[in-house]
Amino acid sequence: MDNKGATTHFDFKANVRKALKNSQLRSNLKFAMGSMRAKRRVVFSDPEAFEALRVRGSAIRRRALLKLPELLERLEEKCTENGISVHWAETTDQANRIALGIIKDHNAVRVVKGKSMVSEEMHLNHFLAEHGIESLETDLGEFIIQLDGETPSHIIVPAIHKNRQEIGRTFHDKIPGTPYTEVVEELNAIARKTLRRKFYEGEVGLSGVNMAVAETGTLCLVENEGNGRMCTTVPPVHIAVMGIEKVVEKLADVPPLVRLLIGSATGQLITTYVNMITSPRRPGEKDGPTEIHLILLDNCRSSILSDPELRQTLQCIRCGTCLNHCPVYTRIGGHAYGFIYPGPIGKILTPQMEGLEKAGAIATASTLCNACEEVCPVKIPIPNLIRRIRDESYDPEGSVPGHGFKRTLAESVVWKGWELVNRHRVLNAASTRLAGIFGPILPRIGPLNAWTRTRTRPAFAKKSLHDMAREEGIKND
Amino acid sequence: MRGTMRKYPPKPDRVYFFGTCLIDMVYPEAGMAAIRLIQREGVEVIFPSEQSCCGQPAYNSGFPDEARRVAEKQMEIFQEPYPIVVPSGSCAGMMRHHYPRLFDNGASRSRVEAFSERIFELTEFLVHVLNIKLEDRGEPVTVTWHSSCHAAREMGVIEESKSLIRQLKRVTLVELENEDQCCGFGGTFAVKQPEISEAMVEDKIDDIQKTGAAQVLSGDCGCLMNITGAMEHRKIPISGLHLAEFIWERING
Repeated sequence: MDNKGATTHFDFKANVRKALKNSQLRSNLKFAMGSMRAKRRVVFSDPEAFEALRVRGSAIRRRALLKLPELLERLEEKCTENGISVHWAETTDQANRIALGIIKDHNAVRVVKGKSMVSEEMHLNHFLAEHGIESLETDLGEFIIQLDGETPSHIIVPAIHKNRQEIGRTFHDKIPGTPYTEVVEELNAIARKTLRRKFYEGEVGLSGVNMAVAETGTLCLVENEGNGRMCTTVPPVHIAVMGIEKVVEKLADVPPLVRLLIGSATGQLITTYVNMITSPRRPGEKDGPTEIHLILLDNCRSSILSDPELRQTLQCIRCGTCLNHCPVYTRIGGHAYGFIYPGPIGKILTPQMEGLEKAGAIATASTLCNACEEVCPVKIPIPNLIRRIRDESYDPEGSVPGHGFKRTLAESVVWKGWELVNRHRVLNAASTRLAGIFGPILPRIGPLNAWTRTRTRPAFAKKSLHDMAREEGIKND
Repeated sequence: MRGTMRKYPPKPDRVYFFGTCLIDMVYPEAGMAAIRLIQREGVEVIFPSEQSCCGQPAYNSGFPDEARRVAEKQMEIFQEPYPIVVPSGSCAGMMRHHYPRLFDNGASRSRVEAFSERIFELTEFLVHVLNIKLEDRGEPVTVTWHSSCHAAREMGVIEESKSLIRQLKRVTLVELENEDQCCGFGGTFAVKQPEISEAMVEDKIDDIQKTGAAQVLSGDCGCLMNITGAMEHRKIPISGLHLAEFIWERING
């Protein structure tokens, strides 16, 4: 993984501080997330119907994961029959090299790219640039952040951290001959004009995959801008990259999942474009690529799959609604999380991919409020998986890479002491009394210091509920 | 996880009361008010003196073994088959929904489930089991309601809590703009991520001030400690009270 230049040293606390100080970012996020939540509420306004659909969606994803090896084999078989070449990559580096190989086979230097989180995982643009290949993002949000040299801050709306004034300035600064404007229609027109020419010049089109159907060898791709369809039909070669977990068993699994994905992601009933790609251009057909390649990326997914609890992480269909509903994400934004996948899903996925030592800190940034679990279209128990990641951080016997890295004698002793106090009546009574006496004069260090940054210290009662109940003569056994 | 489909038992002769560690140490009056509300309906309340904490702090912090041993102790103490009433949506959620997960590997699963079945959050118990009727004797007042995330999303008792406030004739309830949003407490989160916690509680306080309420009520003392602590720090003259204590004061004039 020589191309992961972006992840040198990750200081989550510093990122959080920086994000919270950025008042423009906070107001952009507050506005954008509020409107995305409102749109979603409208499409899923009937709680019973939504719950029934969610149960179905969850069952489809669970079934797919239980049969994953078998389904992947069938997918490969069907795709091959249909004329799609299938490539397997265990690591992101392998996936990059496969993509590069295909591009070089065609002596291509210009790639037009649709939106793909897996390609972000691969740091593909960076890798291709190092090999002299221009890889242009054509999704509007991705196009904007690529101009600014940034990474996506959201799974679905990658430039959500920017407002139209900021985008207007970026276009003015980075696209030659572009006057400043903050009119949305004008900004769209500038992007459209710039990109349109690039589509015709693109020699290879690259896209992600929202789901692939094992039964028929179909690659499904949903989008609103038409750039995905351009990338997958105009250039003579199409490369699709996909995480291995994105396979579903049957064509009939697609409609409920697409409904859940789109409703959760953008609050629409259906996207403007739903692409279902089953083969390259056939003899006699007038358009479409002459070659399609599907790169299936593992990147730690097999090991996540082997743990029955953690496996649920892979049910994710990348709708991003957990981000929109997360009280932490909506305040710090996606970049603070430091890696590809932010928000609640990132808190469980990233530590498993990158290891706890590197990325375990982000799992502490949750109040376990359950908002993510409540809206997840495929019912991933995200809060419980966050707890599991926290357990793993302290567990020398754990299974996630880096497990036990956080275990220190001091913290272990504190929790052991907590346990003893809460198991022994005399200790419990004594500690409650001590809190009552010493609470007001405890030095402001450690947790108390963190608490009193912004709040008055808790006023421990002189008489506990235990004392009061005894005095009132409440029966005690 | 929601408790909306829950079937409630008929009114029992006696119940256990689990006071929660935070009420024991910081808000004992709220605990006493809750006990009195139950007694007022002619139900005997037992407060086992060996009780301590539900185990949630360790459970959420990466120390499940310690949490499990404390949880085991509570299950030992509350051994008779009486309902267990808990004046906190969060602690009730822990005992009702997370104990089965915590003991997932043990042979004692059915015992744990039977225990969890007996857990009731205070306001759902007052409304659905005791069918309590409240007569307001207080001065007119405007209040707002903060729902804890676990009362809302694990126990599903928000309508129950608000219905009790609405029974009080001279109390005007003005609801919060983002009622479903977390206040930023999150137990050890508040001290592990103090800056994010601060950003969250500030937004919550803004919403509370917008209601014009003189008091903010909640069924969870963790949230209350966070919100009132932050309001005091900013010298905002809005007080906070546990719903049980508020009701007890209102019906006794």
